[in-house]
Amino acid sequence: MDFLTLLQILDSTLRLATPLLLACLAGMFSERAGIFDIGLEGKMLAAAFVSGAVAAVTVNVWLGLLAGIGASLLLAGIHGLASITFRGNQLISGVAINSLAAGLTVLIGQNWFGLGGRTPSLVGDGRFPPLTLPFSEALAPVPVIGPIYHDLISGHTFLVYGAMALVPASWWLLSRTRFGLRLRAVGENPAAVDTAGVSVVRMRFAAVAICGVLCGLAGAYLATGLSAGFVKDMTAGRGFIALAALIFAKWRPVQAMGACLLFGLLEAIANRYQNIDLGGVIIPVQFMQALPYILTVVILAGFVGKAVPPRAGGEPYVKER
Amino acid sequence: MDRMPKWADALLVPLISLIIAFFISGLVILAIGEDPIAAMKLMIDGALGSTYGWGYTLYYATNFMFTGLAVAVAFHAGLFNIGGEGQATLGGLGVAVVCLALPWPHWSLALGAAVIGAAAFGALWAAVPAWLQAKRGSHIVITTIMFNFIAASLLNYVLVNIMRPVGSMDPASARFAVETKLPRLHEILGLVGIPFNNRNPANISLLIAMAACVLVWVLIWHTRLGYQIRAFGKSEKAAVYAGIRPVRITMYAMLISGGLAGMMAVNNVMGEAQRLVLNSVEGAGFIGIAVALMGRNHPFGVFLAAILFGFLYQGGAELALWTKIPRELIVVVQALVILFTGALDNMVRMPVERVFMAFRKAK
Repeated sequence: MDFLTLLQILDSTLRLATPLLLACLAGMFSERAGIFDIGLEGKMLAAAFVSGAVAAVTVNVWLGLLAGIGASLLLAGIHGLASITFRGNQLISGVAINSLAAGLTVLIGQNWFGLGGRTPSLVGDGRFPPLTLPFSEALAPVPVIGPIYHDLISGHTFLVYGAMALVPASWWLLSRTRFGLRLRAVGENPAAVDTAGVSVVRMRFAAVAICGVLCGLAGAYLATGLSAGFVKDMTAGRGFIALAALIFAKWRPVQAMGACLLFGLLEAIANRYQNIDLGGVIIPVQFMQALPYILTVVILAGFVGKAVPPRAGGEPYVKER
Repeated sequence: MDRMPKWADALLVPLISLIIAFFISGLVILAIGEDPIAAMKLMIDGALGSTYGWGYTLYYATNFMFTGLAVAVAFHAGLFNIGGEGQATLGGLGVAVVCLALPWPHWSLALGAAVIGAAAFGALWAAVPAWLQAKRGSHIVITTIMFNFIAASLLNYVLVNIMRPVGSMDPASARFAVETKLPRLHEILGLVGIPFNNRNPANISLLIAMAACVLVWVLIWHTRLGYQIRAFGKSEKAAVYAGIRPVRITMYAMLISGGLAGMMAVNNVMGEAQRLVLNSVEGAGFIGIAVALMGRNHPFGVFLAAILFGFLYQGGAELALWTKIPRELIVVVQALVILFTGALDNMVRMPVERVFMAFRKAK
């Protein structure tokens, strides 16, 4: 494999890891606050559709982004209502949200555009433009560093850099602020937080709302950054890969970035090569596609470093009377 | 103290949830500029207005009975088996392996072997997550989701690289021998002189599914294992105190659950397609969740809910054929049913309880 191919693969790794990372961080905020969320996929899908549709109609990607976040927040609100207010089963609520998004996006898409669930292709201001970082042209001729800076690091959309910046920001928010401490406490021992006079319900709703915003960004990136428009079922299991990455990262932001980059790399390799020949042993493409899930099961099994979820995860909080 | 009578809990609450879900679905139809009343009429006509429609309704219902029972059995043990999709996919592989392995002389022999093959493959696919849950404490919901995706990749690999006939471009297995063709419902009903349409895929698997409903009922409420499963599901601590072994119960419940989900393949792979194709399950594993919730995890409830969803499926197909409403409408209805009967159950239950409490006080 030559240097240029390697750069191209790493470049597409960055692009493919971005929606995973945003969704993974979304899941992290929710689950660290004790609200399991298997509805990441549905929220991303809804956001992708709405942002694609609004960006196509208004030819303004920022309006599309806002609308996408709104759609994702709406579903997050339903999840919050079901799992916090009415103390329902969080997993069942997640399943419902995934189905709701899968059905509604096609139903509404077909009704609005009549393209079999697609939205019209985005052109011009309907998409996020690639940003050229300073000096990238000037540095381009420099060997090794030049191509790395020019081809790999520069030239992505705002959301790619945004997602990367969110990693240290999330770390700081979770582990260095009062809000973060309370959020984590609500996921480990809500009764203690309640005793301290902090509203468990409000903290959990805040976490679910953050999750909604981040899933909105992830979905909007899919429709307006990675591709030019929405297609039916375009999330294609990314919400679940993000969930896998979250477990892989043991619910920590920096590790989440590592896990998402790894899963992005696997996807990039699977996209580029049909079958990989490793010295006589041929690895089929299907194995590469299944690898994130297999790795997650292995991690969950606890053979390679045990992943322990937040202690109060999945349990509705009932105040003692 | 019971807050409300048993019949209200078993019938009234699910019924109200269902009405809310249907009402919102009606609003959705209205929002896309179609007439919900006309749509409902078309669905009833298309799914229940002829024996042709009934045939398809019952064919879909057969799938949902198996996947619904699978979810229900696991629910009784306090386990949420979200992997019906993957287990049914593997069940399809089991059916295909059995049907293609031997030159079966008669369908009845092939059917017996296919049922065992489907159940064994489905159970196998549930066994790993079950063992991980029981022994290593890995959350079964996450592992079964992961196993759904792994199953899809595995099937893709097997169909493309192993089972695809030489020279075929289609990622599908060879067609099964004609001897393995299962009797269709019209042939069975014909024996007792009931005329039934012959252009629909409803087949003898329906009877197997109904038998499975009865057997699950016997298992859950009339056997020692069923008692242990329910006790374990209600309270793990109390069950352990009573000498029930958690690992064993988790394994048994999930093996039965996976086996039931796998058996769905007898209907769709052997009964209908007569070959194994990609994505033959078509979301039936997830509909099983809605069916189990709707049916309150009782086999008879599952039976009724499966027929309801069979009706929705066939009615939805008719809608897509004759109106501008796409098939995905049923996915929305399914989502709303899961939402209201499952996640938002308390939203409906609490006001109903309050009404009953008020009546009791008034007395």
